[in-house]
Amino acid sequence: MCFATGARRNCHGTACRRSPPAAACRASNRSGELRPDAGGALLVALPIASAQSIFDPASPATESILNLAVLVFAVIGLIFVVVEGVLFYCVWRFRDPHPAPPDNPSAAAAGPELVEPPQAYGSRAIEVAWTAAPTLIVLFLTLSITRTLWEVEAAVPATAPDDNALYVTVTGRQWWWEYTYETYNGRKLGFITANELHIPLSDADQPRPTYLTLESADVCHSFWVPRLGGKMDLIPGRTNELLLETTEAGLFLGQCAEYCGAQHAHMLIRVIVDTPQEFESWLENQQRPAVDDPDVRTGRDAFLSESCVSCHRVRGTPAKGSYAPDLTHLMSRETLASGMIANDPDNLRRWVRDPQSIKPDCLMPAFGLTDQQQEQIVRYLETLR
Amino acid sequence: MSLAQPSHTQGHAAPHTAAGENWAGWLHGWTTTVDHKRIGIMYVLMSLVFLVIGGCEAMLMRWQLAMPNNDVLGPEAFNQLFTMHGTTMVFFVGMPILIGAGNYLVPLMIGARDMAFPRMNAFGFWITLFGGLVVYFSFATGGAPAIGWFAYAPLTEHTFARSAATDFWAVGLIISGIGTITAAVNFIATILGMRARGMTLGRLPFFVWTMLWTAVQMLIAIPPLTAALVMILLDRQLNAHFFDVSNGGSAYLWQHLFWFFGHPEVYILILPVFGIISEVIPVFSRKVLFGYEFMAAATMAIVFISLGVWAHHMFCVGMNRTLDLYFAAASLLVSIPTGIKFFNWLATMYGGRIRFASPMLFAYGFLSMFLIGGLTGIMLAAAPFDFQLSDSYFVVGHFHWVLIGGTLFGTIAGIYYWYPKVAGRMMSERLAKWHFWLLYIGFMLTFGPMHISGMLGMPRRIYTYGPETGWTLWNQLATLGAVVQAPSYLIFIYNLVVSLKKGKPAGDNPWDAWTLEWSTTSPPSSYNFEETPTVHSRRPLWDLQHPDDPDWLYE
Amino acid sequence: MSAGTSIYPTPPPVVAERNLSAPQWGMISFLISEVAFFTTLIVAYVAFMGQDTVGPTPSEALSLPLVIGTTICLLSSSVVVHAAQRALERGNQGLFCLLWFGTIVLGIAFLAGTAYEWRELIFDKGLTISRNLFGTTFYTLVGFHALHVTGGVTAMLVVLLLALRRKVTHENQTGPELVAWYWHFVDGVWIVVFCVVYLTAVGGGG
Repeated sequence: MCFATGARRNCHGTACRRSPPAAACRASNRSGELRPDAGGALLVALPIASAQSIFDPASPATESILNLAVLVFAVIGLIFVVVEGVLFYCVWRFRDPHPAPPDNPSAAAAGPELVEPPQAYGSRAIEVAWTAAPTLIVLFLTLSITRTLWEVEAAVPATAPDDNALYVTVTGRQWWWEYTYETYNGRKLGFITANELHIPLSDADQPRPTYLTLESADVCHSFWVPRLGGKMDLIPGRTNELLLETTEAGLFLGQCAEYCGAQHAHMLIRVIVDTPQEFESWLENQQRPAVDDPDVRTGRDAFLSESCVSCHRVRGTPAKGSYAPDLTHLMSRETLASGMIANDPDNLRRWVRDPQSIKPDCLMPAFGLTDQQQEQIVRYLETLR
Repeated sequence: MSLAQPSHTQGHAAPHTAAGENWAGWLHGWTTTVDHKRIGIMYVLMSLVFLVIGGCEAMLMRWQLAMPNNDVLGPEAFNQLFTMHGTTMVFFVGMPILIGAGNYLVPLMIGARDMAFPRMNAFGFWITLFGGLVVYFSFATGGAPAIGWFAYAPLTEHTFARSAATDFWAVGLIISGIGTITAAVNFIATILGMRARGMTLGRLPFFVWTMLWTAVQMLIAIPPLTAALVMILLDRQLNAHFFDVSNGGSAYLWQHLFWFFGHPEVYILILPVFGIISEVIPVFSRKVLFGYEFMAAATMAIVFISLGVWAHHMFCVGMNRTLDLYFAAASLLVSIPTGIKFFNWLATMYGGRIRFASPMLFAYGFLSMFLIGGLTGIMLAAAPFDFQLSDSYFVVGHFHWVLIGGTLFGTIAGIYYWYPKVAGRMMSERLAKWHFWLLYIGFMLTFGPMHISGMLGMPRRIYTYGPETGWTLWNQLATLGAVVQAPSYLIFIYNLVVSLKKGKPAGDNPWDAWTLEWSTTSPPSSYNFEETPTVHSRRPLWDLQHPDDPDWLYE
Repeated sequence: MSAGTSIYPTPPPVVAERNLSAPQWGMISFLISEVAFFTTLIVAYVAFMGQDTVGPTPSEALSLPLVIGTTICLLSSSVVVHAAQRALERGNQGLFCLLWFGTIVLGIAFLAGTAYEWRELIFDKGLTISRNLFGTTFYTLVGFHALHVTGGVTAMLVVLLLALRRKVTHENQTGPELVAWYWHFVDGVWIVVFCVVYLTAVGGGG
């Protein structure tokens, strides 16, 4: 995809693994060689580059959507050219040769002696013709839509042993994502993480689909990673499903697409596609309870004695809150605040001190910790790998 | 019943005899008027005021989005602004301006002396205005609602929207909805019950025909919204559970109810404009409207089809494939009657002698832009494509293309066309040209880039974005476009005001047009016609001008 | 064309159309919007049928005997109002006033029955609008219907007063006619409500 290369080139050689711009970089570094693509040809000349572009599909579903898009675009492009052409022809050909002066646009000024052009009241044959033409186009489009619909909306099978499939429940929350890993390859997982979704790389010989079950804990959200799949809403009281499958490793970006309140703009999605080996080792780490480092005992105690625990969970400790992101393996994540800022010590410190200054109106308040408490807690959190 | 009689007993201290009258008398005259023309003018003025307010809200949003990670507005202010911008433009600009135009013109065009229920007409206007004020009163609660104009549940539940702003919003819309219903009832009663002798339904001026069907659509679409808003209020005030998911309520139900209103609403905003365009194009092409019967049938087809397409706003909620397919196909069907209309307009222009005075210039703007809005609509109707486009900036670009490129351009064409009738004077053509080109270019520059940023993954309603997203350029172009557009509105308003005194006197029929409103004085007297006319065809004034070759020979 | 007439073609004579009056069209339009309104409330009722996690359910809460009584009141009032109109057409002002008053009494009886039913539901069965989804949808639907009956009764009282002052007479029937249309509509809505709410409750639905 040619037009995506702009962004990718900018990233080459940048050591930006930890910052959000790195998002695009990691995706590009791993994305392999560029493929020619039908959708790309259309817009090749425009400075179009985004890690969230729908023109750079990386999954079977987004590819068939793009194919449909190109087809629809071709059809409407043709209609556009023909109809605007007729319009411009009429405007040019049938302009009044004796226009009225601009300060007196009324008809009398144009000369009442002019005879009116011949009046054509209508024609049944012509009407039938231009009813039939759009009807045929609609029929053609409907058939194409049907085909794509059946390609894109895959049925979700039940989990089975050795199915090579990952099942994750995604819970939309104001304004972050909770991922509950249910099963992989038929194995029960049962851990919870937040904001960064790791999924295994699929390949032609061994498909490794990821089935997402989409739910919401509060208001409506929508899960949208444009390169991996179309949107699917997360509606409280309903359950939706979405299939992610890609043969391209790396990072894919997206964000919530249904207005969900104050920080809708910062409900960012990061999907990291790992090779099967990487994915297995990531799973292994995530399944473990939190590291219990004796060096940061004071920080751990400070964390557990503050109100942190009423919302956050750290597995293996008494912190069992379920309203906020699970912190068990906080440091295995690249970003904080749902993809807003890089997860580095400085940002972590800023976040613990006053989340509102970074993400106004987010549900975590500033707790007014002393500098010492804050430092201890941050040092504890930094051990949660 | 006296209700049905035109009432001219009060409020007709005409504006032109104000020499000896004081300001209070003038104000009293306007506020107590039941004259359909004055009510129509007040509807249009109200819409223009709200247009400026909604436009300022839009400019603030464009300012915020001009730079990545901008902090001119916080998330709260931005979210309030897009909520109020959408609500204002749909309910307090789009609908009232068209209802106002209808109010002024329908009785004149069908040869009646007033609307069927003049006092109810005045009531409808004042209550619509009152509804708008109640919605804006929500600012007094400490901030407008931040729920989006389609107010997806459960964001409107008390849990997520604690301030009373949402209550004022809902109450205001219920109130103005009552105003809309009274207007619709009045239009239907007037058009069906008060036509001049000889004006059969088949001879209605096309604008009147579209107003009739717009009114029908209002009757069917507005009450479900009213009911749904009542449900919000019951949830918020009496702890009912319609949309309260934790007690079994349904967020999904709101979406269905809202869009069952919301989609026909789009046609409420465009059908009268189809009517305006169908009046302007024939007059300025000097030809009769081509294929009247087919145009009329297409109008009805749009009304009925559009009642069954609402869930194309909901392709991403996880309906099943069959429903997705049904709603996609039904939505595509709308393009057939719309296409018929378009082809008939072109056929009307074909072989004509087209005068590009201001109304026709804007009608040309309508034709060239509305086509694009319709075509991007086809992209959105293609359900799987919509999985990518839905709720992105592409949608924002699309519906502004339809509502500005379609509704606004068409409405402005109508205002330039009928202003001489209303004011008795012509508007400045020079200013009109400035208005047109600034708006035309600014509009394309604002909303064109939105299609691209949407396809690059930018969701709508985000108050900011990062620089790495690649959306900056497109947002800056859009903001630039807004800056180009803004003066065009000021020029328009200046033109409206100045022409009132300085415009060239118009005479009865400055455009040499053919419908009944041009047979009376400009401005018309409070009783419209000295004697109610008798008509024999769709173009009564053509018949008068061409007694040798009248229309009724061919219709 | 004979001499003396115009050389131009003469239009065919204008035939008067058979048409309803503007007030009649107005009432029909208004009723269409009312149908749309009630349809929405009924859709909401049906959508939430049987979705409750806490009681009381419709079959536990609703009792048929009372509501059959009120239904008979309302349905018979439609017949009475029709008879009243006939009386006015024949010019029998006295009988009209009597029958019209009878309609009002039946309407008020219906409202009283509803009030009694609600009292029982709220205080004896604990069903309030915030109790469960059934309460939410039931009170909204039945409440809005009762509100419309109240509106109808008010309009009929106005007509009655006008009739007693001889402002509504044989010569001027538009008012009673339109109010009667509205009343028939309110009756029609009740038949639907009765079927959807009460009969399904007896049938075990919900």
